[in-house]
Amino acid sequence: MAWFRKEKQKLVSQKREIAADVWEKCDGCGEILFVRRLAENLRVCPECGHHFRMPADDYVSLLLDDGFEEEFDAGLRSADPLGFVDSKPYVRRVEQAESKVGTRDAVLTGAGSIEGRPVCLAVMDFKFIGGSMGSVVGEKITRMIERSVDRQAPALILSASGGARMQEGIFSLMQLAKTSAALQRLSEAGLPFLSILTHPTTGGVTASYAMLGDVNLAEPGALIGFAGPRVIKETIRQDLPDGFQTSEFLLEHGMLDTIVPRSELKGTIATLLGHMC
Amino acid sequence: MTADKGSLEDIRQQLDELRKRAAERGLDLKSEVGDLERRLEDAHRDEMETLSRYDRVHLARHQERPFTLDFVDYLCSDWIELHGDRKYRDDPAIVGGWATLEGRTVMIVGQQKGRDMKENLRRNFGSPHPEGYRKAERLFRLAEKFGRSVVTFVDTQGAYPGIGAEERGQAEAIARNLIVMAGLRVPIVTTIIGEGGSGGALGIAVADRVLMMENAIYSVISPEGCAAILWRSRDRAEDAADALKLTASDLADSGVIDEVISEPPGGAHLDPEAAARTVGEAIVRHLDQLEGRDPEDLVRERREKYYAMGHWEERADA
Ligand SMILES: [Zn+2]
Repeated sequence: MAWFRKEKQKLVSQKREIAADVWEKCDGCGEILFVRRLAENLRVCPECGHHFRMPADDYVSLLLDDGFEEEFDAGLRSADPLGFVDSKPYVRRVEQAESKVGTRDAVLTGAGSIEGRPVCLAVMDFKFIGGSMGSVVGEKITRMIERSVDRQAPALILSASGGARMQEGIFSLMQLAKTSAALQRLSEAGLPFLSILTHPTTGGVTASYAMLGDVNLAEPGALIGFAGPRVIKETIRQDLPDGFQTSEFLLEHGMLDTIVPRSELKGTIATLLGHMC
Repeated sequence: MTADKGSLEDIRQQLDELRKRAAERGLDLKSEVGDLERRLEDAHRDEMETLSRYDRVHLARHQERPFTLDFVDYLCSDWIELHGDRKYRDDPAIVGGWATLEGRTVMIVGQQKGRDMKENLRRNFGSPHPEGYRKAERLFRLAEKFGRSVVTFVDTQGAYPGIGAEERGQAEAIARNLIVMAGLRVPIVTTIIGEGGSGGALGIAVADRVLMMENAIYSVISPEGCAAILWRSRDRAEDAADALKLTASDLADSGVIDEVISEPPGGAHLDPEAAARTVGEAIVRHLDQLEGRDPEDLVRERREKYYAMGHWEERADA
């Protein structure tokens, strides 16, 4: 009866997939939400305003007038400089992420317009190995910033990342220095840099470009920090205060300029650029 | 560490005894002493060659290695320590100040571990808070203002992961130093002297030259932390250390650092002063090459150096 069991399992898992495709539970209020309705509402819970994660492509559509008029460096792919193998080889991990998310690693970069004003934009994708920053992310962001300088256009980075990509070892750490060096050049050129932090932004990305905006904006309720909450808890052996490392906590402690709901993100950015360009 | 340790100890004891006897009785045992010294050096070299990466991690954390203030003691004169970030407090996990090194004034900044529990509690085991990085930033700018080179010493497990550190913007403090160091218009020479722990290390390590002592380590994450995440067990730290390729020779091979500074036989902890002297010679050699350069060139070349770091494939078809 092995064939029967197999069939049955397949049926069950298909059913579950369909269910997950149609319904999603809100982490904010526990409400079960119709996925299509959620998507129409920019993946913000209509009941409580909780911001669900949104795919990078959708952010590009949300922020730019006509999406990317030009995408940059879509052909950059991760190499495996250390020959890294943990529970699986890094090469496999990247392949799996590519087939799940697409082949453009954890960041999309390109040029487009915001209310008619040309900008260069990078949008990170948390689904690609936790939005981790390896050589490809560092290189694409650096080239995007360089193009901002060449075109005298403002640079925007929307972050969503667990930090540096461990599997690229020291090379991933060096991307913090590399992207910061690029931002130094952008700053020298007198061009604005807006950093938009979304859930979650931690580790090496927070400790480099995400915190270096001329203006730092965040979506409501995002987890933002240097160390992850679990590491902190293990280190200090205490419970963490309520709301610790949320956007609201960072605003209160002076690390963010403003918190902007997703529906107002583009308008706020356009107004800011108007003030700064 | 390895089975050789016994024989090493034997040779060392024999040598001590021989020297003592020679001194006591006024005997000329030069050739015997020389013999033993050579044997000791060989034994050390053999031992160092068989060290695993995780052995080096232990050496990098050795309590008797020279720390930042030891380098200041051995190499500098006219040291004036400068305290505080002018914003919140003085963080004893990072020390800094003016000093004279081989006839020139430099600004020294480094993480500082403690030698005993009391000092370690005060210095938080060399794990800085944001105020430490902000003090460093203040001193970098001070060096720039007066056209003095910056010399940094890296020795930290990492920036401290705590509530206060997060409240006061640990990430922002490190990020700020990265951009400030990238644009600093004076030479920066960094030496990794023990542990180079991730962003907490990099926060004072964006430099024209990055040197590394033979038994120091430099990594995006500690081998224990990496093992806990990727192998779900801290016991796999040895595997993680191998996978991360975090030793000085690994990093020299990968082009991330500029020079490996050799340590006395057996490691810097056996002769901290000699170790410090070798480091001092290397730092001065690099400063000599960098000082007097046009600041524009310095900043551009520093940027280009970091731009070249990383590995990727580029396909036209995507
Ligand atoms: Zn809700």
